Amino acid sequence: MNEPLHIFDRPNSYIGRSVPRPDARRLLEGRGKFVDDLQLPRMLHAAFLRSAHSHARIDGFDLDAARAMPGVVAIYTGKDFADHVTPYVGTLTHLAGLRSAPQMPMAMDVARWQGEPIAMVVAQSRAEAEDAVAMIDADLHPLDAACDTESALDADTPVIHEAFGSNLAWERLVEAGDVDAVFSRNDVTVIKRTFRFGRHTGVTLEPRASVVEYDPSENRLTYWYSGQAPHMMQAILAKHLDLPEENVRVVAHDVGGSFGIKIHTYGDDIATAVAAKLLKRPVKFVADRHESFVSDIHARDHVVTGRIAVTADGTIEALDFDDLTGIGPYSMYPRTSAIECNQVLNLTGAPYKLRNYRARGRVVFQNKNLMCQYRAVGHPIAMAVADGLVDEAAAAIGVDPAEIRRRNLVPDDTYPCVSASGMKFDDLSHEKTLDRLISEMRYDDLRADQATCREKGVYRGIGLVSMVEVANPSPMFYGIGGAPISAQDGATVRLDAGGALHVSSSITEQGQGTNTILAQIAAEVFGVDMDRVKVTTGDTDNVPYGGGTWASRGAGIGGEAMLLASKALKDQVLDVAGILLQSESESLDIRSGSVVDADSGAERISLRDLARTVYYRGNELPSDVKPELIATRHYRVTDFPFVFTNSAMAAHVEVDVESGFVRVLHFWAVEDCGRVINPQLVDEQIRGGVVQGIGGALYEECVYSEDGQLLNATMADYLVPMAGEMPDISVFHVETPTKTSVLGAKGAGEAGTGGAPAAVMNAVNDALRPLGASIFQMPMSPERILKALGKV
Amino acid sequence: MTQTQTISLTINGEAVTATVPVRSNLVDFLRNDLGLTGSHVGCEHGVCGACTLEVDGAMIRGCLMLAVQADGATVTTVEGLADSPRGQALRDAFHRRNALQCGYCTPGMLASALEYVEAGRPADRAAIREHISGNYCRCTGYQAVVDAICDLIGQGAKA
Repeated sequence: MNEPLHIFDRPNSYIGRSVPRPDARRLLEGRGKFVDDLQLPRMLHAAFLRSAHSHARIDGFDLDAARAMPGVVAIYTGKDFADHVTPYVGTLTHLAGLRSAPQMPMAMDVARWQGEPIAMVVAQSRAEAEDAVAMIDADLHPLDAACDTESALDADTPVIHEAFGSNLAWERLVEAGDVDAVFSRNDVTVIKRTFRFGRHTGVTLEPRASVVEYDPSENRLTYWYSGQAPHMMQAILAKHLDLPEENVRVVAHDVGGSFGIKIHTYGDDIATAVAAKLLKRPVKFVADRHESFVSDIHARDHVVTGRIAVTADGTIEALDFDDLTGIGPYSMYPRTSAIECNQVLNLTGAPYKLRNYRARGRVVFQNKNLMCQYRAVGHPIAMAVADGLVDEAAAAIGVDPAEIRRRNLVPDDTYPCVSASGMKFDDLSHEKTLDRLISEMRYDDLRADQATCREKGVYRGIGLVSMVEVANPSPMFYGIGGAPISAQDGATVRLDAGGALHVSSSITEQGQGTNTILAQIAAEVFGVDMDRVKVTTGDTDNVPYGGGTWASRGAGIGGEAMLLASKALKDQVLDVAGILLQSESESLDIRSGSVVDADSGAERISLRDLARTVYYRGNELPSDVKPELIATRHYRVTDFPFVFTNSAMAAHVEVDVESGFVRVLHFWAVEDCGRVINPQLVDEQIRGGVVQGIGGALYEECVYSEDGQLLNATMADYLVPMAGEMPDISVFHVETPTKTSVLGAKGAGEAGTGGAPAAVMNAVNDALRPLGASIFQMPMSPERILKALGKV
Repeated sequence: MTQTQTISLTINGEAVTATVPVRSNLVDFLRNDLGLTGSHVGCEHGVCGACTLEVDGAMIRGCLMLAVQADGATVTTVEGLADSPRGQALRDAFHRRNALQCGYCTPGMLASALEYVEAGRPADRAAIREHISGNYCRCTGYQAVVDAICDLIGQGAKA
């Protein structure tokens, strides 16, 4: 008898293949459906007046001139919404001690960052709304501001929320082993450095956008948005606008970049929904680029002072650091702004055997735009601090950076294990990924080239990072703390009368290829050609309940749900086929759209005939047979808080020591995201992520004045990586499937962004080392490099 | 001051006459008045390249040109390209290489790539990178875009 086919070794084999995205054609032909493309009958347009001050008391408004402007339908100030929306607070119970103040869509009495919405005009066109905004006379009384992270807790710094008595939002201490004892030993080398990570932001090319329609006849609100978590937004809108949850529909069609930016609750979006409800007409709000810079969440803003103790043979004995994070005047709702710091405390040094560990985190309020989760939350900080200290220690004791990692990485054969910070790890491959990296990048040749170049006055550097990445989070991430955020996802698979599959899923598509991998999984597991699978995502009326796509969870969680649902439907269809064909269903299989004899592969009945029999000619079935040609399954991660992935990455850079410019010559990533569903899509996630990481390391910074004015809030002034500066990026894989699921996929969306900054920083410092210079501040701008070199 | 002006132009092969606010830029006119939503708006000050489209044979920024300046012009948008064989091989190459993720930059990126390929320029990665450096893409990291353009030129195919 033939061996049964393995679930991943079937005729309709798509898992593991680089299948082009079927829905990319649409985008190439200008047929995308982005929120701003939507035009509804009687639709109005919103524009906002935003606080020009980082901290100001709102004494009142003169709206007469604005009201007289052409096209104006309504003007609202913060207080006008007091009876129409309930305040929200960005705290979660599992982040013990985290505090934040209630927020309203627009500031009521005090504006607390430059860019906070304070008034709203709704008009016939966006241009007319903007014209009227310019005519609003707002009486704002500037207040002393607390803008600087490092002085936020000083006694003479203004307290942003008086009731709290200080600007401290949250603090946490993680301790393992005896750190002080190690640092007092005389057989260890101690390296101490201070790392600074500037604020940057997502700069999604499509700005945040929403169109909201309210139908009073059914008390029904429809919210088209450019976002990642439709069901979360449904719960939030229902709760704060006093609507039954089932009366709120959230739709996300094409999303023009998200990266974590579009997963939060923004006042202007909520205000748009309130206005639509009050006016009973559709209202559109699309942020312009300036609004994006001053109101999209910012990321990072950490100062970390850390020290590491290593023995003469390079064994890491202890790691100790203090992280201070500035989050703006509120903790963002509903995910909170303490998660990034929490990730830093959990993940720093996690790739290494480390018993003595102390991590202190403090999160502080400041009068700047809010800081919250953006791609690779906390990872760039955690990896740069740990691997920066590792490289400095290696240099101090004269050990090669690759070698010190080999001596300290958690061995591949010791899983499962628990890190010093309490993280449960399984199925990781730090040693294999590092070995592959060193081989693929021709490390020894690069070192030889480096020596040759230095003789010519050319300063090249090689930087490594070994990292872990949080993926596939369980309910321990948000749900446990009270957030309306699902950690489980659902998939429905339906056999239609034509013999095709219609599948739907609660994970969402933002360009990473969600819809494609869902189709790949369904086609392969069920047994049809992929072009017979139609996918629906991003609509709370039409998909199972679930979390969406973020935290590198789509493939691992949503993909597993699709696998389970497809397998369930297959079993159901084979049961019907067994009855129709008077065969044992175990002797049958589904391949290429037909029920076949499992042994011979001979077709017994096409799926089309089977489905038509069930749907049209049920009289041909025994009356006690009640076929279900639809199946739904849900999946969540249960045995681990997170399913971690790992990678090893390297940057090769050249530093122009005269101009301070850094050029990344090449970048390598060896990623272990478990089972790779679509190699091309995974590689492109890694590459795009690496480029965002290089952006954070070298270019991107939200530059604030001392009094809290964002000085570079245009695309011309805020530098993002463009094609001309970027290197080619070589991506390789080690595949260690996670045992937590049948599919075995982890996540890949954030690794590049998490690891690249550390690799680039280490490479720059490797280049500068013969000059006695070093830099631990991102972005590593030419000015900062020249300062490090003592030239300016 | 005159608030509006009537213009006549050819858009994707069709004659169009419209009365537009004189302050309206070309891309807003195309998107909001004509429903040609394929051209995207990213920065509204000529930096990001999302609104790149063709006017009288030149690739321009739709946000930096007023609609009234296009009076009498011949305009081709991504929709017009898609309705013609022009650019088909380039679109195929983008598809094969996954040279797009979210697709928001794509209409502008295609326009710039088409300009490069139609000028008969070489499959030189550095030159291609330089050429598309006026088109911001946050998703791909650009490599796949360079690969797609190189593929097409390497095949000696017309765009």
